[in-house]
Amino acid sequence: MLALLDVDKLLTFTIIGLSTGAIYAIIAAGLVVTYTTSGIFNLAHGATGMLAAFTYWQFRFAWGWPAPVALVVVLLMLCPLFGAATERFIMRGLKGTTEVIRLTVTVALFAGMLGLANWIWPPDGSRVAFRRFFEGNTVPLGGINVSWHRVITLACAVLVAAALRYIMFRSRAGVTMRAVVDDRDLAELNGGRPDRVAMLAWALGAGLAGLAGVLLAGEQQLNIEPLVLLVINAYAAAILGRLRSLPWTFAGAALLGLLDSYYLGYLDGRIIPSTMFGFSLNGLRASIPIIVLFIALVAMPVSRLRVGAVRFREKHREPVWSTSLLGAVLLVTFVIAISGMLTRANTLLAINGFVFAIAALSLVPLTGYAGQLSLAPMTFAGLGAIAMAKLPGNGSILTLAGAILIVAGIGAIVALPALRLSGVYLALATAAFAVLVSKLVFNQRQTFQTGNIDVPTLAIPFVDIGSPRSRLILLSVAFAVLGLCIVALRRSPLGRRLIALKDSQAAAATLGMNLTATKVAAFAISAGIAACAGALVGDKVSPQQYDFLQSLPVVLLAVVGGVASVAGALLGGMLLGGSLVLVILAPAMTNISKVLPGAIGITLGRNPSGASEQIAENFRALAGRWGLISVAVAGGTGVWFLANRGIISNWSFVFAIAVWTLGVVPNLPALAERFDRRTVSAGIWLAAGMAAAAFIDWGTAVGSSGWRLLVLIAVVFTIGPIGERLLDRSPRVRPGSPDAIGLTDDLTPLEVEDAERRIGVVL
Amino acid sequence: MALELKSISVSFGGVMAVSEVSLALEPGRVTGLIGPNGAGKTTLFNVVSGIISPNSGRVILDGHDLTSTPPHRRARRGVARTFQRLELFGSLSVLDNVRVAAEIAGRERPDVVAANLLEQVGITGRADSVAADLSTGSARLVEVARALAIQPKVLLLDEPASGLDEDETLRLGRLLRGLAADGLAVFLVEHDMELVMDVCDVLHVLDLGRLIASGSPDVVRRDPAVVQAYLGVA
Repeated sequence: MLALLDVDKLLTFTIIGLSTGAIYAIIAAGLVVTYTTSGIFNLAHGATGMLAAFTYWQFRFAWGWPAPVALVVVLLMLCPLFGAATERFIMRGLKGTTEVIRLTVTVALFAGMLGLANWIWPPDGSRVAFRRFFEGNTVPLGGINVSWHRVITLACAVLVAAALRYIMFRSRAGVTMRAVVDDRDLAELNGGRPDRVAMLAWALGAGLAGLAGVLLAGEQQLNIEPLVLLVINAYAAAILGRLRSLPWTFAGAALLGLLDSYYLGYLDGRIIPSTMFGFSLNGLRASIPIIVLFIALVAMPVSRLRVGAVRFREKHREPVWSTSLLGAVLLVTFVIAISGMLTRANTLLAINGFVFAIAALSLVPLTGYAGQLSLAPMTFAGLGAIAMAKLPGNGSILTLAGAILIVAGIGAIVALPALRLSGVYLALATAAFAVLVSKLVFNQRQTFQTGNIDVPTLAIPFVDIGSPRSRLILLSVAFAVLGLCIVALRRSPLGRRLIALKDSQAAAATLGMNLTATKVAAFAISAGIAACAGALVGDKVSPQQYDFLQSLPVVLLAVVGGVASVAGALLGGMLLGGSLVLVILAPAMTNISKVLPGAIGITLGRNPSGASEQIAENFRALAGRWGLISVAVAGGTGVWFLANRGIISNWSFVFAIAVWTLGVVPNLPALAERFDRRTVSAGIWLAAGMAAAAFIDWGTAVGSSGWRLLVLIAVVFTIGPIGERLLDRSPRVRPGSPDAIGLTDDLTPLEVEDAERRIGVVL
Repeated sequence: MALELKSISVSFGGVMAVSEVSLALEPGRVTGLIGPNGAGKTTLFNVVSGIISPNSGRVILDGHDLTSTPPHRRARRGVARTFQRLELFGSLSVLDNVRVAAEIAGRERPDVVAANLLEQVGITGRADSVAADLSTGSARLVEVARALAIQPKVLLLDEPASGLDEDETLRLGRLLRGLAADGLAVFLVEHDMELVMDVCDVLHVLDLGRLIASGSPDVVRRDPAVVQAYLGVA
């Protein structure tokens, strides 16, 4: 009893807890302000704080600027500018896109900022320490000494609370902000300017994130990961405030801070042991905010069915069997054909690409079809790897089946509490799950005992899969098979239900569809496929590969590739694998590859259907024209034959196959259409391009691999589009008046709405 | 009696959107619900289909109290609806929109069911187009076909004729009469008075959340309170 009444100790831990809570509160307040005014939940909010902390460190400690100057420049100038620019140039373009796209763009921003920080401030470099404000100074308070830094932190939180209250209720900008939150359209009709308000909110949010980042770095030093993951703790606080109420957000933040410090002071190692039933509880303290987040999410009231479907800009088509089968066969054939030409390092990279592609594929039914975003594909892959390594059978097909079933079951169980949620809440719940598994499951002796485990290669009777080359072929076959399963799913009644779930929950429910059961099915299928990405690795793996942060680029590139199609998953996986290829080929490009995924992702607002849809558009004219398809395949085979016989070099093969596939094949239908001056000149141009690609020895002509890749891109984008121009295949807008198309009466409002929707005007 | 509403009240914040509304839908009849914009018609539909729960009152279908039943179970018991703001599955084909409903309801040969229903509502030749590309009029008819695919006992139609041309409206009227003749209870919210007067057996008038008149179309048309509230002429 006496120990509990130790007032000094209680006070100490209360103050520590409150000052931690103060940091959570500041960052969470920024999150709430941006979310309510722009409707975009910024997953990169913590990353903003992280970048701000690093920038401040650069000015203050590396360059020795006085603290006030550094603070003003970072918090009052750079952060708000960055926030405003983010809103203006990235987020504003996202109107009329689904929540999946909006969240993914913030994931892209997250990934980009992470890459940027790693680039400018490499983690291995030793740095001058990040000192607290007034390091070493303390104030006596009720018998204990409190550092000035903590006092300042607490004061900042109080000031932020007061300032936000003043801005929201007293200032003109704040009143407009609240008006926009209540009814965006009405506010706009009354002369409010929602865009400008959103920009202001983003500026404010970035400033708050920066403040929190600088304060936290003083406590914990400059480490990228803890700083960006801080945002998860902030999510918990913001969710406790239901993403709307600032007072509740502050209360939630204080609660989280206190829980953390009381756990440290009173429970850790005493009441709660460090191991239980042989399992380590080391990760428990760091998991508290995540557990709170999970409980808060599950306790949220069920969101009402939203009536009034928003019409989105994304367009997806039902996959056709003939194209899908052809694609599967071509993929495997292509991999077999080139696998002999790859070096060992490149083979391993391609294997990696397929692993990512399968992880991305797991998002197709869940995110692409059913419209539910998961931020944990790599977590399920990790569970799949563990299951494959631990289940009996030493990697037999049955072991694989067992791993898939177990992980699918886990997926369904995890989904259950999260299902009442939608959109951003669901995504957060999966993020919380991912972090929880990393902290509490992957660090156990029973899972990754020595830091890494050996996942056995899939054992197929009569086939020896030992070499990297055969593993690569196996993975391509696995991807093709899984891809065909996805196509079958999409064309099945369940597939139609998943689409219905995405397109209109209100209609689906009022037709008798059990939304929960359908979502559970989607989650289970997705988890099962993700399990394959882990189970088929056939190599040593470590828990870091399945960390929450590893899931982000997978989600991002799946959406960039086109999350509603198998081809998109392949493209996304290969892009991710490819950004690694870039690192191997051209060390100078390492840094570019770090920010590349993010840079690609933030352009999603322009093309929300994904890159594969855009590429597919080029090949659509080939559909069903088997003669032309055979020509296309024959050309590819011919190029391979030349390389295989050593007539052309490997680099020339890469150039020729790229030019053939991306430059010549899309133009084949137009070439075959007629025989005139245009087609002849285009034909000559394309043939010359092919000859140049195949017979220039690019390996010696261009010095480094990095430059070769850039030249490759330039060559492909010169030959194809010029050929297209020669054939006049590009669409032109025809001039015409309404009379010309037989329009005589005025349009009704509904027809205007209809027309606006079709031409993509956002209502 | 197919469906009964007993003193339904719904309030949003402090505003009574629907206040003490009681009415009954009978099999074989088209029941109309009219009223000025904001009278609470769509809110009442949302209460019947389970999208919002009423603050008080009960929804009863064939003697079963459905007041706290979730939307999908109501649908399985035979309540189907269309939406004023279209809720088609935009990325599915027109045929698949109807087919998926037939599949959810567990019907045999859902593709055949869907094709027949599209023919019944008069959408032919567009079965394979993507639903998002339809004009408003056609989209409304597809919503009707989709609702019919679950073989409902009660069909709620929220302004099905808006966006339809004259011919389509006439055909819709005939369709509704035919459905009623087959024993369906049809509940129609509509602004097209000609259609309402033409097809409804019973008419209820809602104003500011209250029922101000009920009866046959002829009686309601001459009711002074209706003329005052709805047409704005004294």
